[in-house]
Amino acid sequence: MQLVKTIAVSAALAATAGLANAGETLDAVNGKGFVQCGVSQGLPGFSNPDDQGNWTGLDVDFCRAVAAAVFNDADAVKFTPLSAKVRFTALTSGEIDVLSRNTTWTMSRDSDFGEFVGVNYYDGQGFMVPKSLGVSSAMELDGAAVCTNTGTTTELNVADFFRANNLDYTVVAFEKADEVVSAYDAGRCDVYTTDRSGLAAQRTKLSEPDDHVVLPEIISKEPLGPLVRHGDNQWGDIARWTLNCMINAEEMGVTSANVVEMASSDNPGIKRLLGTEGDLGGKIGLDNEFCANVVASVGNYGESYDRNVGPETPLKLDRGVNALWSQGGILYAAPQR
Amino acid sequence: MRPFLLPTESRMANNNSPSSAGVAPAVSFWRDPDKRAIIYQVIVVSVIAWFVYSIINNTATNMEQRGLASGFGFLSTSAGFGIISTPFVPYTEESNYFTVFLVGLVNTIIIAAIGCLFALALGFVVGIARLSSNWLVQKIAIFYIELFRNIPLLLQILFWYSAVLKPLPGPRELHEAGEKVFFSINNRGMIFAEPVGQPGFENVWYTFFAAIIVTWVIKKWANARQMKTGQQFPMFFVGLLLIVGAPLITYVLTGRPLDFEPAQMSRFALQGGVTIIPEFVALLLALVIYTASFIAEIVRAGIQAVSHGQTEAASALGIKPTHRMRLVVVPQAMRVIVPPLTSQFLNLTKNSSLATAIAYPDLFSVFAGTTLNQTGQAVEIMAMTLAVYLTLSLLTSGFMNWYNSRIKLVER
Repeated sequence: MQLVKTIAVSAALAATAGLANAGETLDAVNGKGFVQCGVSQGLPGFSNPDDQGNWTGLDVDFCRAVAAAVFNDADAVKFTPLSAKVRFTALTSGEIDVLSRNTTWTMSRDSDFGEFVGVNYYDGQGFMVPKSLGVSSAMELDGAAVCTNTGTTTELNVADFFRANNLDYTVVAFEKADEVVSAYDAGRCDVYTTDRSGLAAQRTKLSEPDDHVVLPEIISKEPLGPLVRHGDNQWGDIARWTLNCMINAEEMGVTSANVVEMASSDNPGIKRLLGTEGDLGGKIGLDNEFCANVVASVGNYGESYDRNVGPETPLKLDRGVNALWSQGGILYAAPQR
Repeated sequence: MRPFLLPTESRMANNNSPSSAGVAPAVSFWRDPDKRAIIYQVIVVSVIAWFVYSIINNTATNMEQRGLASGFGFLSTSAGFGIISTPFVPYTEESNYFTVFLVGLVNTIIIAAIGCLFALALGFVVGIARLSSNWLVQKIAIFYIELFRNIPLLLQILFWYSAVLKPLPGPRELHEAGEKVFFSINNRGMIFAEPVGQPGFENVWYTFFAAIIVTWVIKKWANARQMKTGQQFPMFFVGLLLIVGAPLITYVLTGRPLDFEPAQMSRFALQGGVTIIPEFVALLLALVIYTASFIAEIVRAGIQAVSHGQTEAASALGIKPTHRMRLVVVPQAMRVIVPPLTSQFLNLTKNSSLATAIAYPDLFSVFAGTTLNQTGQAVEIMAMTLAVYLTLSLLTSGFMNWYNSRIKLVER
């Protein structure tokens, strides 16, 4: 009898293990009642726990926006801090529903690991050096030791840059960003390289932030964006149009403060955006007002930017290329109609 | 419900089976313990087989559903990233992922082999000190053991890393740009001038190997003489003199055919020369100090397992104290020490994978880390990595078992 029980239990276990990959992501998310979102292990401005343990940042806001779109509750989200190394495994294995972790959109990643749903920050890789080195350009870095993260495009870009310019270098690659910062701070290497937004964020962790300078060269294109698993187009659409919704809301002047009165606007574009006209939300399996819910609880893209990485924050990042296309930037979301 | 499982009855059935199985067909199929045993075994084997099959099948199905490619084709793709230290393996960014695997493998073997040797030496010294009659020496050994074996290894690695890095000056504080440097310790590592053998240097190697052979022959002769006459021969000093002295004399006689290429200070750091990176030093320190504290206790246990009568008998025979330890106590202690010592060597090898925390490019860091992340071939890469650690561990225990069978007690 014991044996029969054991067999029955293992059979049941095997059956449930098989089920986990069968359902659509939206059904699974609705079933568990929250969105499981993969974020970084602490990158100020993008995804970082504050002193009360609440996650904040531009990437975190996207996770909360997806939760708001699905549940009309921006708090129906749980965060999984992931190292750069394990992030894709976590996504492909189904541990998380969305990966929103300052991840560069590249062709090989798009085909190997998941489906990128857009760009929420246009970045480029840069170098930071101590001012005392007296270096003013990356072309002077012949023979330097470079600290970086393992498992990132950064590691590949820096190799490409030094090879292309025939410069010697030593790379010291750590798994966690904090380890990179402390090694750079201890003088293990002359240069710290990562995305320029990351440099601005990590600089706040150095013992003397003002003694370091970011070099002018931008050696790569780093469009950072969220991604979802391959094979579930509906869930991909939900993530994509949540991001587009935040950008379109900024373009149309809809903010968390005025979203309620805007719903009764006469502008047909705003009406479609906020779901008082048409049935755009229903087409992707959500409430018609999903976008209104997102803007009401998380805000539009501009609000999120200013709150997390803008000039008023410790990161002091100007909008630059991340401004709307109508304001001199390259941020351009497909229309919601 | 299942009376045949009651202990008394099954024992009776067992007693009867050899004689009655063939003769008495009265025993029903279910009451025959031999047949029952076969059925149980068939069930157990098929459950295990089904379990293994379903794991493999589940993985394959899931990977196919998620569009994950499988196979080892990725190994010939070029890697494109730099690695800080690639001893013995020629590596550039254009090398393929298989070369990355080799680099990681060599780095893991280096740290494990050197770590085991040093841990053994330090562990023996501390273990013997732990039994010293000198109060201070004994207390220091106890303090050492209790301190280091009770702190998590990862913490010790991070501690030694900052202990190695923080106090050392940067290369720019020590050297002027353009300066030629033969030896330097700074926070980029230990840098030596690189020895480059000139024509004629091979003679030094020949002398070295010849000296080893001569030493071995002399040892044979000395042992035979001691067995016959009881006269001892200062083997250690003669051997040392031969093995170190003879190559040195050849070196001087052949006109010092060895050049030292100094490192040169560039704008940022020393270029050229041989560098031992601080990550290696920190990892080695942490692994050796941590593992030695366990080995010390194993050595103590081994020595205490040798009956005190042996020591007393040796004293009574007039054997001097150093020989008493070396010739009487330690050889008998070894058979107690070696099996748990093997486990410590295996632990050290496996613990070396914590290197990934401090940028030492071992197998786990560059292959199961970076390569896995760039290619996404989780199943294949993890399987290869597991196979390497398994092979290293099996080789270590194979060697130690061989050694153990050589030294085990022979009853006369």
